[in-house]
Amino acid sequence: METKKSLLSRLPVISQLKKSVGLQRGMLVAGIVLTLMFLLTAALAPLIAPYGATQRFDETQAAPSSVHLWGTTAGGYDVFSRTIGGAQTAFMVIVVAVALSIFLGVILGLLSGYLGGWLDRILVVVADAIYAFPTLLLAMVMSIALSQGRSDVWSGIFSAAISITVVFIPQYFRVIRAETIRLKAEPFVESAIVVGASSVRIMARHIYKNATRTLPLIFTLNASEAILTLAGLGFLGFGIEPSTAAEWGYDLNHAQSDATAGIWWTGVFPGVAIVLTVLGLTLLGESMNDLNDPRLRGRKRAAKKARKNAKELVDA
Amino acid sequence: MSHSTENVGAAPRGEAVPRPVLDIADLKITFATDQGDVQAVKDVSFTVAPGEIVAIVGESGSGKTVTAKAILGLLPETAISSGAVVISGNDVITVSTHQLRQIRGRDVAMVFQEPSTALNPVYTVGWQIAEGLRAHRPEGKRVGKREARKLAIEALGKVGIPEPEKRVDYYPHQFSGGQKQRVVIAAALALNPGLIVADEPTTALDVTVQAEILELLRDLRDRYGTSIVLITHNMGVVADLADRVVVMFQGDVVEEATSEALFAAPQRAYTKKLLAAVPHLGRNSASAGFTERAFQDKDVLVRATELEIEYPGRLGSPAFKAVDKVSFTISAGEVFGLVGESGSGKTTIGRAIAGLNRTTGGSLNVLGYEMLNYKERTFRPLRKDIGFVFQDPAASFNPHLSIGECVAEPLIIHTDLSGPAVTRKVEELLESVQLPAAYAKRFPHELSGGQRQRASLARGLALKPKLLIADEPTSALDVSVQAKVLELFREIQAELGFAALFISHDLAVVDILAEWVGVLYKGKMVEQGIGNQVMGNPQDAYTKRLIASLPVPNPAEQAQRRAAHQALLAAR
Repeated sequence: METKKSLLSRLPVISQLKKSVGLQRGMLVAGIVLTLMFLLTAALAPLIAPYGATQRFDETQAAPSSVHLWGTTAGGYDVFSRTIGGAQTAFMVIVVAVALSIFLGVILGLLSGYLGGWLDRILVVVADAIYAFPTLLLAMVMSIALSQGRSDVWSGIFSAAISITVVFIPQYFRVIRAETIRLKAEPFVESAIVVGASSVRIMARHIYKNATRTLPLIFTLNASEAILTLAGLGFLGFGIEPSTAAEWGYDLNHAQSDATAGIWWTGVFPGVAIVLTVLGLTLLGESMNDLNDPRLRGRKRAAKKARKNAKELVDA
Repeated sequence: MSHSTENVGAAPRGEAVPRPVLDIADLKITFATDQGDVQAVKDVSFTVAPGEIVAIVGESGSGKTVTAKAILGLLPETAISSGAVVISGNDVITVSTHQLRQIRGRDVAMVFQEPSTALNPVYTVGWQIAEGLRAHRPEGKRVGKREARKLAIEALGKVGIPEPEKRVDYYPHQFSGGQKQRVVIAAALALNPGLIVADEPTTALDVTVQAEILELLRDLRDRYGTSIVLITHNMGVVADLADRVVVMFQGDVVEEATSEALFAAPQRAYTKKLLAAVPHLGRNSASAGFTERAFQDKDVLVRATELEIEYPGRLGSPAFKAVDKVSFTISAGEVFGLVGESGSGKTTIGRAIAGLNRTTGGSLNVLGYEMLNYKERTFRPLRKDIGFVFQDPAASFNPHLSIGECVAEPLIIHTDLSGPAVTRKVEELLESVQLPAAYAKRFPHELSGGQRQRASLARGLALKPKLLIADEPTSALDVSVQAKVLELFREIQAELGFAALFISHDLAVVDILAEWVGVLYKGKMVEQGIGNQVMGNPQDAYTKRLIASLPVPNPAEQAQRRAAHQALLAAR
């Protein structure tokens, strides 16, 4: 069929980029650039960073210089290397946390929404109870329960990720459950019931794909929240030990006392890294959300004005 | 800005040509979409004289609603329009937003399709009618609260709401659908505009209510000389109300003629085709010449005795009885037509037979299975003998599966056919509903409404069921498509000989297909009998009213029917 678009142009982010115009496109592009920067840094961290993230130097609190690009901390870590390494840690935590919470959240949401009854009621109450907890407190409790203070890289990452997972499962659960309940009343699900399809078949074949369309959007929004939670945990001292991996929240915590002494470089760089990463992911998620909704999506004016718009973009 | 007063009083019709209320010249409208620019209206010109009712008819996508919206300057941002839409001296396309606001309500008002969403549920109807008055300051001074209320009461009285002094303080939910539409019309009339644009004003209403609203619109024209632009797809409504008809097709005006001339002698091929496709009560009846019920020697597939179906009420309110002591039978090979207005319980019965609703009393026996003790597990084996065709073909297919996969689903669940055998069978099925076998690879959104409904029929018939339940299968389709789907249904039914429960609100459609017809009213079966006898010689008072209120696509005949309907109502 000639109307069928190429696979590339139907991929999530790319298809939205094609649809966007004006300010929305600007936001999306900024989000994509920042997120790509984050991903590249995470992937190439060992190549970019001049030293290891856990390597200590004798010069403590040294100002930025050619040896230590962004200076060193009170503990003798190289700030540049730790900020770069922090991206890698953050990325792994996001992937593990979001993967776990999507997996559990989607399954529970489908079962709860489609089967209903007592299972639904119990799961909703549990999800609401988790919601009612302050997320950071919950994450702290989970982190203490899981890691009991000691840590190497992977157990640190996993305990941080699982603490975040617990907080996020209810979000995915709710979204999928609400979608499932809506879809349950759709004629195509009823027509599957009338045909005699089993509940498992209906959930797997008819509801699952339709209910998970919004997940990429929640994913990007949650990823930024996961970074904040991870940084929060690290800042409060429940995160990953500095001797095992670089982590922005921990560095930020230890930069507190430096700031009053005029040592700005230990706090600014990890702080800016958190801000840019969260901003990038939020911009990406929000603008994809807007572009996916035809009512929120801006469109070109027909005919002449479209050309003017395009020109403005080129000029910008 | 010239304040138009010449349209307000009743302008005598048929005298020296007065200045038109609305003059549309060379209107072109283009929309920007994700797939590039779409020209919705290509070149439309027509005029509306004072006191004239002009109907714009056409199928979906013909540009009739877009044209109507252009009259009020209600086009979305993505549209670009050229040409002229002149309302009492002002060109709506070029005036400023401020002037446009002045024109709206004072010179032209709109009546929307869905009265329940056109009214704001948190304000009283009096407030909503007065809103237009407050926005416009007629005669240059502000309208006081008391005066606005007085005018609102007057407007409600004009549209025939009983006890307007009391009802002015009611909220929209306290009115029935038809009354809500009257309120919307009252709000449109508040400033006495010369022109009312009515976009499908009766489509969301039942036939008996539709007849009342049409009567009201005609009455408004006769008494106040208001011109009306009526947008509709229902040829019966056109025949009933319109003086002149503009037929649109794909953004172009195909034909323009007086109502009598158009129905008597359509000139263009498209108009002829359109008119021929409109079902006409009493023509082409499935039960023509029958004197007794057919198929009585065959097995009874469905037997309902004193069937009751209740929907549980909310805390404190009693349960709602959707179906109340209904008894009927459907024999093998028979097409049973179930007609009724919205809320009559017809869909509930159809869904109960398919096991989508639970019955709560009496007995419903489907293929030997008592639905009162319904368990999904024990009923599932019987599902292969029951096909179901849903109302909305767009929603009844999973958008992520191809048509072939959707049609194959019953085969995969109930038979042991292998992959290639299923594919072959699906192709056969699609061909039997006159769809190319290659369509199996397409996705639902790549098919038109009529094609989707055929695929839906193919799915319903995949396992050669003994019983097919069709719930309003053609009501979401355009009339010419409907005609083709009905024809197909008739052919396939004759060929395969399955029994069918055909549910519809459209009497003419039911008459084409069903040999035996049951009429439901508020959950009760008020009348059942041979199709042409129920339609031609109804016995029950409600059936009489229902059939009399159905407009037929023929102005002369409709005028007689209207008179008869009035007499029937007066006699009550």
